[in-house]
Amino acid sequence: MSAFSAIDQDREIDPEEYTPGIEPQATWCPGCGDFSVLKALKQAMPEVGRTPEEVLTVTGIGCSSKLNSYFESYGFHSIHGRSLPIARAAKLANPALEVVAAGGDGDGYGIGGNHFIHTARENHDMTYIVFNNEIFGLTKGQTSPTSPKGHKSKTQPHGSAKDPIRPLSLGLTAGASYVARTAATNPNQAAEILAEAIEHDGFAHVDFLTQCPTWNKDAKSYVPYTDVQQSDDYDFDYTDREEAAQMMYEVESKLYEGEVLTGRFYVDEDRPSYTEEKQATGEMPEEPLAEKYFDDDAEWKRSYDLLEHHT
Amino acid sequence: MTAHELIWRIAGGSGDGIDSTSQNFAKALMRAGLNVFTHRHYPSRIRGGHTYVEVRAKDEEVTSRGDGYNFLLSLGDSFARNPSEDAYYGNEELKPLAENLDELREGGIIVYDTGLFDEDEVAELNLEERAEENDWHVYPVNLRELAREHGRDVMRNTAGVGVTAALLDMDVSFFEELIRQNMSGDIQEDNLNVLEDAYERAEEFEHTHDLTVPTGENEQELGLMNGSNAIAYGALDAGCRFIAGYPMTPWTEVFTIMSQHMSEFGGIAEQVEDEIAAAALALGASHTGVKAMSGSSGGGFALMSEPLGLAEMTETPIVLVEAMRAGPSTGMPTKPEQGDLEHVLYTSQGDSNRVVFAPAGIKEAYEQTRLAFEIAYDYQIPAIVVYDQKIEGELRSVPIDFFDREPDPDVGEVLSEEEIKEAAHHESGTFKRFDSEVEGGVSPRTVPGQEGGRHLTSGNETNAYGHIEEDPDNRVAQMARRMGKLDSIREELDEKDASNQATRGPDDANYGIITWGSQQGTVFEAVDRLNENGQAVKALGVSDLMPYPETEVTEFLESVEEAVVVEMNASGQFKGLTQKELGRFGDKLSSLLKYNGNPFEPAEIVEGFEAIVENEPEVPGDSTTFVPAAGD
Repeated sequence: MSAFSAIDQDREIDPEEYTPGIEPQATWCPGCGDFSVLKALKQAMPEVGRTPEEVLTVTGIGCSSKLNSYFESYGFHSIHGRSLPIARAAKLANPALEVVAAGGDGDGYGIGGNHFIHTARENHDMTYIVFNNEIFGLTKGQTSPTSPKGHKSKTQPHGSAKDPIRPLSLGLTAGASYVARTAATNPNQAAEILAEAIEHDGFAHVDFLTQCPTWNKDAKSYVPYTDVQQSDDYDFDYTDREEAAQMMYEVESKLYEGEVLTGRFYVDEDRPSYTEEKQATGEMPEEPLAEKYFDDDAEWKRSYDLLEHHT
Repeated sequence: MTAHELIWRIAGGSGDGIDSTSQNFAKALMRAGLNVFTHRHYPSRIRGGHTYVEVRAKDEEVTSRGDGYNFLLSLGDSFARNPSEDAYYGNEELKPLAENLDELREGGIIVYDTGLFDEDEVAELNLEERAEENDWHVYPVNLRELAREHGRDVMRNTAGVGVTAALLDMDVSFFEELIRQNMSGDIQEDNLNVLEDAYERAEEFEHTHDLTVPTGENEQELGLMNGSNAIAYGALDAGCRFIAGYPMTPWTEVFTIMSQHMSEFGGIAEQVEDEIAAAALALGASHTGVKAMSGSSGGGFALMSEPLGLAEMTETPIVLVEAMRAGPSTGMPTKPEQGDLEHVLYTSQGDSNRVVFAPAGIKEAYEQTRLAFEIAYDYQIPAIVVYDQKIEGELRSVPIDFFDREPDPDVGEVLSEEEIKEAAHHESGTFKRFDSEVEGGVSPRTVPGQEGGRHLTSGNETNAYGHIEEDPDNRVAQMARRMGKLDSIREELDEKDASNQATRGPDDANYGIITWGSQQGTVFEAVDRLNENGQAVKALGVSDLMPYPETEVTEFLESVEEAVVVEMNASGQFKGLTQKELGRFGDKLSSLLKYNGNPFEPAEIVEGFEAIVENEPEVPGDSTTFVPAAGD
């Protein structure tokens, strides 16, 4: 018998199962966009049929990273920018787990930027949600990597001289096989996209636009937005890398001019996930490694068998 | 007096095959029944630059490189001359001969390759004069031409071995056998021919020396192994099946060995973007119930201080290895030092809550790596194995039977799903992962995917369920539980008699030497010599750094009037640790330090010790430093 009987249970799941039984310490302000991410995730998870016990959420640091305090599952709330390396090892060690990593724009595109590039490049089968509110919230309102050029804050009183990170283009270039953007102000699309991202067999990067009612009131400019898939004005093939790249370029150039586009920007269903690639080269066992430690009959090779070439 | 020994030094440029030749030479001597020990010296360059390896062989256990050497095979640095007109390196072909003369013992042998040197340059070394003064026996041979006659310049090293064998009257069949094992086709054939030809020619030389190879016979089967092999094998036998890393000298070797074997052992190896990621991956794998490790050297380990602290706070077991090299910063990448002691003990924010072992040699490296995994997983705490570039690369002959152990896949207190159901504290679908009331401090864990075990783990202070909690009483209870583990571990190590401390010399000696990690073998050899010279001195080699072996060190220090701490760093870090941990002995402890990039030699410790006990103000030699005890 598997040591993980919770995995692959086939049953109807009530979204309320993802609500913790105990009251977590409150972090999010009233009106915070992060509530919308939580809600969308709770809606998406039963749709993909994953029980709380087979889900591991790994978060970094910041308001966003408190996600797993409010979401009942196995959770690892880690440190600034490091959710992805922890998450991808968990996925490698036990590919049967549903791994969702999450963090904010500072966490994901700033301090964790290098990990983002490399996790996307390897195309790990996991979902990465970046709560993008264009501000450092938990440290009280400093300029973030996605803050618009000219953004004034206590740490950049003259206005930021830097161009903001373009998350969609970065995700695509780095190698993510699913890149989407959704917004807190569109709960239905958000839940739909998260469900799709979770089901996607590869690295799914979701740039989730949220508002910070305390430190970045400008984020209200995200309303109204346009769903690129529903608008005839933006006809492009999101499975075509070049068209997707062109579209992202346009969208990200206009983000600060008032028009906000959301939806799927790139989907590659054909690219094998990292686990598949690694198993194909014989670099990784077919059975989940984590299972082996529960199996009393497992065979454990000894280093003694390697000593011949030392004699 | 010490037994008859051969210390053979082969010198040349990096890339001249110095390493592989010395390994074969050592293995041949081992197969001939001798105990061997090698010492590597190499520059931070890919090709060229002066490099040498010493192979010490005796008919009894060898624990250090010894002092100086008695046979030099100088190949000449074939990469030294830059092909372009503006030679960047200058003319360094002569270096492997010129720079190796100072430590050659009286009566020693020199064989040098005349194929790369101009004879008039050799004349500038005053070789003839010095040879006469020191009774050296010099044999110039054109090894390059000899090799070329058989088709390949690079076989200069094989030719050199052939000449060595003839001069020392060694059984050449051990070398032939190794060539047959390691090479094939034409290359094998050519090397065998060069070996034979060189041997035959050198047999005809007029032998003026009287140095011979010691003879011996081993009762146990020996294997030639370095510290990196021992650590990698210790980890694999500890059940480690996940490794993540980023290359950095000298840690790279352990990482490479494990990566090469991980898939055949059914595990996973990952080379990742940086050391923060490497340690974080190990944490992620361990969190799912897998035995995992990572490691680095000083600068890379600095990056790991974040995930290391996270492992402490989240009580995620991991093993990190830290291969020290001379610092600060990138320091001297290929030179050993014991300067990262405080770094491994205290790096990361908050109170340190980790286990640190410092193996003294090859067997200890294997043993303590296994122990590090056992303690880490039993106590849900990170464990660090700290060693240095000396242990990393030094090959020693060790009894193979020592490694004949069963693998240990036990991951500690990870509950099965049945046990989760039976657990009294399992209520309302939330698992009490961090129960501050638990007896012994180790709160049983569950891993993602298990029915009934779900919980949150956080780098923030949490309550029993893993949810963030800043209540003062909870904070104190959780801190006390986590910090209390070190006392339990200290007790367990005492009870199991898993003591990693070793002693040498007479119990009633009133003078002591304390050392830690890689210098133990050298200190022990020095202590043997001092006692032979009529001194009464004993030594203690410490390997447990955290928790600190209070009882053993206290007993040792109480039993002597004075003690010298021998370590390879500039500030006496272990002496400082001892005084901090024990709160006294400041007036009893002096330091003998070395930090020039080379490990201690036994003679330096012997001379240093004698100077210290005779209250001489200056310790002889210019590579060691003496720091007297407080109040002296």
